[in-house]
Amino acid sequence: MKQGVFTVKSNRFLTENVLEMILEGDTSDIKRPGQFVNIKLNGLYLRRPISVCDCKENELKIIYKTVGKGTEMMAEMSEGQRLDVLTGLGNGFNIAKSGDKPVLIGGGVGVPPMYLLCKKLIEKGVKPTVILGFNTQKEIFYKDEFESLGVKTLVTTVDGSFGIKGFVTDALKGVDCSYYFCCGPMPMLKAVYSACDTSGQLSFEERMGCGIGACMGCSCKTITGYKRICTEGPVLEKEEILW
Amino acid sequence: MVNLAVSLSGMKLDNPVIPASGTFGFGYEFSRFYDINILGSIALKGTTEEKRFGNPTPRIAECEAGLINSVGLQNPGVDEVISNELKKLAKVYKKQVIANVSGFSVEEYARTCEKMDREEQIGIIEVNVSCPNVHNGGMSFGTDTKAVSSVVKAVKEVTKKPIYIKLSPNVTDITEIAKACEASGADGISLINTLLGMRISLKTKKPVIANIMGGFSGPAIFPVALRMVYQVYEAVNLPLIGIGGVSSAEDVIEMMLAGATAVEVGAANLVEPYACKNIIEQLPETALKYGINNLTDIIGGAHNG
Repeated sequence: MKQGVFTVKSNRFLTENVLEMILEGDTSDIKRPGQFVNIKLNGLYLRRPISVCDCKENELKIIYKTVGKGTEMMAEMSEGQRLDVLTGLGNGFNIAKSGDKPVLIGGGVGVPPMYLLCKKLIEKGVKPTVILGFNTQKEIFYKDEFESLGVKTLVTTVDGSFGIKGFVTDALKGVDCSYYFCCGPMPMLKAVYSACDTSGQLSFEERMGCGIGACMGCSCKTITGYKRICTEGPVLEKEEILW
Repeated sequence: MVNLAVSLSGMKLDNPVIPASGTFGFGYEFSRFYDINILGSIALKGTTEEKRFGNPTPRIAECEAGLINSVGLQNPGVDEVISNELKKLAKVYKKQVIANVSGFSVEEYARTCEKMDREEQIGIIEVNVSCPNVHNGGMSFGTDTKAVSSVVKAVKEVTKKPIYIKLSPNVTDITEIAKACEASGADGISLINTLLGMRISLKTKKPVIANIMGGFSGPAIFPVALRMVYQVYEAVNLPLIGIGGVSSAEDVIEMMLAGATAVEVGAANLVEPYACKNIIEQLPETALKYGINNLTDIIGGAHNG
């Protein structure tokens, strides 16, 4: 964990209520894809945990959906504004276990962490297949960004307005999969867990107090004991999950 | 030079700043962030006889200037705390610490405190009779003078270390409870624990917290905590640890003027991992600004006579 001041470089809408924010600051403590940052906003008591979408030296990219006071405040921010950010939180994905043909499955705002993960796998010489799930065509984001990385990218929409009609699990049926990495809403995580026989890692969400392992606000039970989603998570191995 | 040192029942503290139980784990986790030896002491995570997972999630709800938690005393149980957590802490923290003990019966309080009493690094045992997040225990012991007396007596009988009772603000008259603690042999009082509160989500139209209610803490409760410290200081002749919304060096001084010998910093640690460090670094300058050279001199300074 590292605390730093970050400066907003850009903040743009990707869809009606999903934004991409690029921040400038010290990213040296962000070690793995799937980690998150915790952002202090003026006037709100608790920090806002947001997953890392992409990161390079001195630049952090996050994607967030406006779902409440905090994210609505963030949507109003413009270039040059400064933010107090804790970085390098959470365990992140362990890419060593990917095998040759991993599948990355992201649903809605579970898509962003898949982007840095995808880049890291490509760096390692592994070309994953990406499945992105959305409700409808106008909610789709980052399809082009994934395709630009040169990976096969399948998009599903629940209403069939774009790509494969149905859920991410419908796209999964025809895909050769050695291992999977998954992030999205709880029903999606459960569906992928049941649908896919191979091993994998799933990233969970829970309402957090501190994000640094101090308050025990986000604890969950696993086969290997009690875990804090903010510290021993958010990524859990498929084999340790208790639903 | 400002003298920040204070003494709690013979336990010497370099400064009065102590991270509060439940907001700082077993301490060693924070040694990743800074050298925790600068702290006056550490109040450890609330410990029960048996291992507990606590309440279902969500356990956290945000409020104006604070938060509600319903963690429910998640902890690995006293034996594991002694054999594992205290050992890890001893490697990175060289001062005495404050154990925090909860229970579901008088006998359980006594058994857990008896075990903690044997540990060298523990300087004080803080007995939590005020957790609002557990049923049939916790707060119910701290809202009744007879029940609190029986806990204090039972614990005192099996321990040698100073026993501080951590009181709940969720009572009609906190001074009555404090007096009962004093009459039963308590060595000091920690106050206050969280205020019982709740939030309802306008989206789901249901309580935010799975357990419906939880403990409200943060800067919003500071005036309530300060008032209760002031009242209890008048009512008993025991050292007090002031707790509730303390977030700055100014708050520490205000709490001491009300009657606290030391203070615990709670919710602030959750939003600012360096909160205690920042407060300790600010204390000398802030004290000098108000003409204070020795913090011990100001304890209870707001009272007449």
